[in-house]
This record gives sequence, structure tokens and C-alpha cells, in this order.
Amino acid sequence: MELSAFELLSALFILVLAAFVGFEVVSKVPTMLHTPLMSGANAVHGVIVVGAMLVAANAGGAVAIILALLAVILGTINVVGGFVVTDRMLEMFKKRPGDRG
Amino acid sequence: MDALQVLTYLVWLVAGVTFILALKFLASPSTARRGNQLGAAGMALVVAWTFITPNGEFGIGDNWWIIVVGAIIGSVAGWLGAKRVAMTAMPQMVAIFNGAGGGAAALVAVVEFLRDSELHPGELLPIAFVIATLLGAIIGAVSLTGSVVAFGKLQGLIAARPVKYPGSQIVTAALFLALVAIGVFLVAVEPSVPLFLLFVVLSLVLGVQLVMPIGGADMPVVVSLLNSYTGIAVAATGFVLSNYALLIAGTLVGASGAILTQLMTKAMNRSLFNVLFAGFGTGGGTVAAGPEGEEQLREVTVEDAAVLMAYGKRVIIVPGYGMAVAQAQGPVRELMDLLVAKGVDVQFAIHPVAGRMPGHMNVLLAEANVPYDRLKEMDEINDDFADTDVALIIGANDVVNPAAREEGSPISGMPILNVDHAQNIIVLKRGRGAGFAGIPNPLFSNEKTAMLFGDAKPSVAALVAAVKQA
Repeated sequence: MELSAFELLSALFILVLAAFVGFEVVSKVPTMLHTPLMSGANAVHGVIVVGAMLVAANAGGAVAIILALLAVILGTINVVGGFVVTDRMLEMFKKRPGDRG
Repeated sequence: MDALQVLTYLVWLVAGVTFILALKFLASPSTARRGNQLGAAGMALVVAWTFITPNGEFGIGDNWWIIVVGAIIGSVAGWLGAKRVAMTAMPQMVAIFNGAGGGAAALVAVVEFLRDSELHPGELLPIAFVIATLLGAIIGAVSLTGSVVAFGKLQGLIAARPVKYPGSQIVTAALFLALVAIGVFLVAVEPSVPLFLLFVVLSLVLGVQLVMPIGGADMPVVVSLLNSYTGIAVAATGFVLSNYALLIAGTLVGASGAILTQLMTKAMNRSLFNVLFAGFGTGGGTVAAGPEGEEQLREVTVEDAAVLMAYGKRVIIVPGYGMAVAQAQGPVRELMDLLVAKGVDVQFAIHPVAGRMPGHMNVLLAEANVPYDRLKEMDEINDDFADTDVALIIGANDVVNPAAREEGSPISGMPILNVDHAQNIIVLKRGRGAGFAGIPNPLFSNEKTAMLFGDAKPSVAALVAAVKQA
């Protein structure tokens, strides 16, 4: 947690640039794919499970362990459920052979 | 910086790139699925790497069992939920997965705060650290309870109408002020654990308080916004943990969710402020546009409707939420096939906010194997209604409500499909009540309109049978 000024600034750079990438990428997605987009973005923030794993690894004491366990469970639900449900939606957008594109 | 750290950074970079590609590939249906799988692979990589190096060195550590137990429980729950959910219940499912992510972010912030205040008793923690932790906690907690309320409203577990009580805005403002005050105290005076826990509890209450007054019809916007919030909460915890994978992914989702939310409110011609605070759909629209007595509604028989369509040159089908709840997409596709075989030009007009999520109709029709080049967006097809024989409206209401063109209706100014320009309008509708937003629809009493009451699925099935005879 002792962030140096350099680390703070690097984090700020990443934050700003990633925000612009997010804006750019999403404005090109057609309306018909907005539901999978919401769901796919939802799966991506499931990366919080990594944060949950990191605090779990350092958790000491019953309270911290229980909270960390809960965090891992919720994070995993987010990431697994998110990707699977998005895949299910996108599977249906596959073209059948013979369909005009 | 040792070799392991370098590798860790590279893993984060690769994961970040796959997340960006996952969203980027959604620009076309032909690459979308691959993108999502790529994102999942990147996710698997960063999770696996974190599992074998949780403390900055190789080795799974003493607490590995927490991760394994949690991952097994979470995977089973997430997998079953995702595999079992009906396509029509997708918005609720996304809401609940989003709530899980928000809850995880809030918990991570809590555990990290508890640990650091224990490590440095009686000391002030670095300002940037405390602010990021508080942001992760408040936004994650709001996203958790807000998503649960949104889920309840979409699932019909709690009243879909806006729930308001006298003074509710004062309560919200008071909650907000209390959170700011506690936050300032934690940053500047003392990182007190009880106060921090109070902060989290108040944040949870705030989530409920913010979403309860919003009507069920606006839940898609809310889910999208909460999705963005969870992204921001994840970015904040990434900052706290100095983890760039979290930082990149969280910011990416925060930004894309914000844009998507904006696109959605624009499609309804409303501002986000209006969605969040206007309590849309109280049923108290200022103008009941036109008298709508039951006796004025003209009903049509299934046979007549079938003949109109089968001998028309062009039919445009307008699906709405009624098609979704009735699970009528299969029969609808059958109807399309039959009409096409009879030489009728059949298209689908998809309003950007038809259903409960943008693109909801596209997903359902794709599930029924309707080729997506027959699905037209509003701007693309709106001029074609004028030379269309039949506009067949299946469970859509507010998106075809001409009241939107006039002043004084709660949906005034919302772009609508010009179905009333078609020669004939056939409306499949479950009951005689107003739509989800609670606004009367003068289209139904239009002289060109014929109503076919009943659940959409049997109605469409009857139409299919009748078209075969025609």
C-alpha cells in the first residue's frame, strides 16, 4: 500500500487511457449486440476475483477469512456466469449455412 | 524488479489486451463469440497466474484452500445460473452477476481496510489508499444492493412501479452527506474500523434507496449503469492493490458501461437524470392521449389476420416484451418462414429499447434462428412502413405509441416506430391494460388497427395454422 509517486502516476495514466479505449471500442458496437455487450463487459469486471484471491492469500483471523471466502465466491460467480451467459447469447448469432450475409 | 514481477506485469498486459479485444470483437456478430472466448482465456491466464503467485513469489501460500473452496462454489453457482436461465430472463441474470461483482469489490475493499488498519494501529493511512478503498466500498456496495433490487423488479419479486415515500429524496441526500462526512473523517482524522463498517452499511442502504424509486421499464438503463459502477469499483480496488489487471479491466468496463447507458437513454430521448430521478411510469401521465374506451378497440379474427398477411406484399413484424414473456420467438419464426414461402417480404423492426434490454429482441430472434439480416433497426426501416401492407405488433406497446409525437405525454419526444403509416396494423396483446410504462396508447383505437387479444405464443401459433390454410 505504500504507493510511490511514480506508481500513482502510472496508475493514473492507465486509468485515463483505458477509459478512452472503453469509449472508443463501445461506440462501434451495433445496437443488436448491446445485450451481449452489457453481459460481456459484466464478465470482464469479474476480474475482481483476482483481487479477491489476493486478499484471501493474506487473510488472517476468522472474520477476514470468511469475508475473503465470500469475495472469492461472488467474484467467481461474476466471472464464470458472465462469460458463460455471454457465450450462450453469442452462439445464437452464428449464421446458419445458406443464410445470406 | 525481479523476473517474477516482470512476468506478472506481462500477464496483466496480455489479459488487458484480451479484454479490450473481447469488447472490440463485439462490433460484428461474426467475430463476437471468438472475442468473448478470447476474453475468457485472458481471464483464465491472469487467475491461474495469481493462484500460483499470490504473495509475489511462486507458491500457493497457506490460504490456498479459501480460493479453491470459493472458486468451486462460485463456479457451480455461476455455471448453473448461466446455463439454466431462459433467454427471456437474461436482463435479470446480468443484473445478478453484476451484483456479485460489486459485492466482491466491496468485500475486497473491506478486507484490505481491516488488514491495513490492523497493521498500522492508530496511524493515518495514505490518503490515496483510503480514498480508493472508500470508493471501492461505496460503489461496489451500491452496485450490489442496487442490482439485487433491479433483479427483484425485473423478476417480479418486488413492485415494478416506482416505489416512493414522502421525504425519500431527503433521506437519499442525508445518506449521501453522512457518507461524505464519514469518508472525510476516515481519510483525515482516524481510520476507525467501526466507522468504516458503518460507511459500508450506509452504502448498501444507498443502493436500495437509489433504485427503488425507478420504474421497472427503466431497469435496463439501471442495470447498464450499475454495470459501469462495478467497473469503477473494480478499478478502485485495482488501485488499492496496485494490480493493473484490475485497473485496466475496471476502467474499461466503467467507461464502456457509461457510453452504453448514454446510448440507451438517448434512444428513449431522455436524460440519465430523468431516468434516475423522475420516477417514470407512476401511471400519472399528465395527458391521457385520446379517449381509449374498450368499446373502441376493434378485434380481428385469426383467419382475417392471416389472409391479410398471406396476400400482402410486405409485412413488418414489430416484436416487444410481450413476445419475450410468452416465449413466442419460435412460432414467430415459423410464421416468417411460411409468409416468405408465399412470396411475402417479411422484415422485423427492432426499436432500440424494445424488450427489457437493448438488443433483447435480437437475442431472442437469433435464438429462434431468424437470419439477422431480416432484423432492421428503427432508422433503417421507419420510412418503409408507408408501403407496408401489414404491421404485426407482437407484445410491443410504448415503442409504437404515437403519443410520443405529441407534447405532454411522459414519453413525449421518444423516437417511435411509424407503424401507424402501414395500411393495416394488427396488434397482438395479452390484455387490455396499458403497457409497462403505464401510458395509454392511442394506436390501439386507430381505425386501421385490429386487436388480437391473448398470450402471444398461442396467438402466433394460431396465425401460423391459419396462414397454412390461407
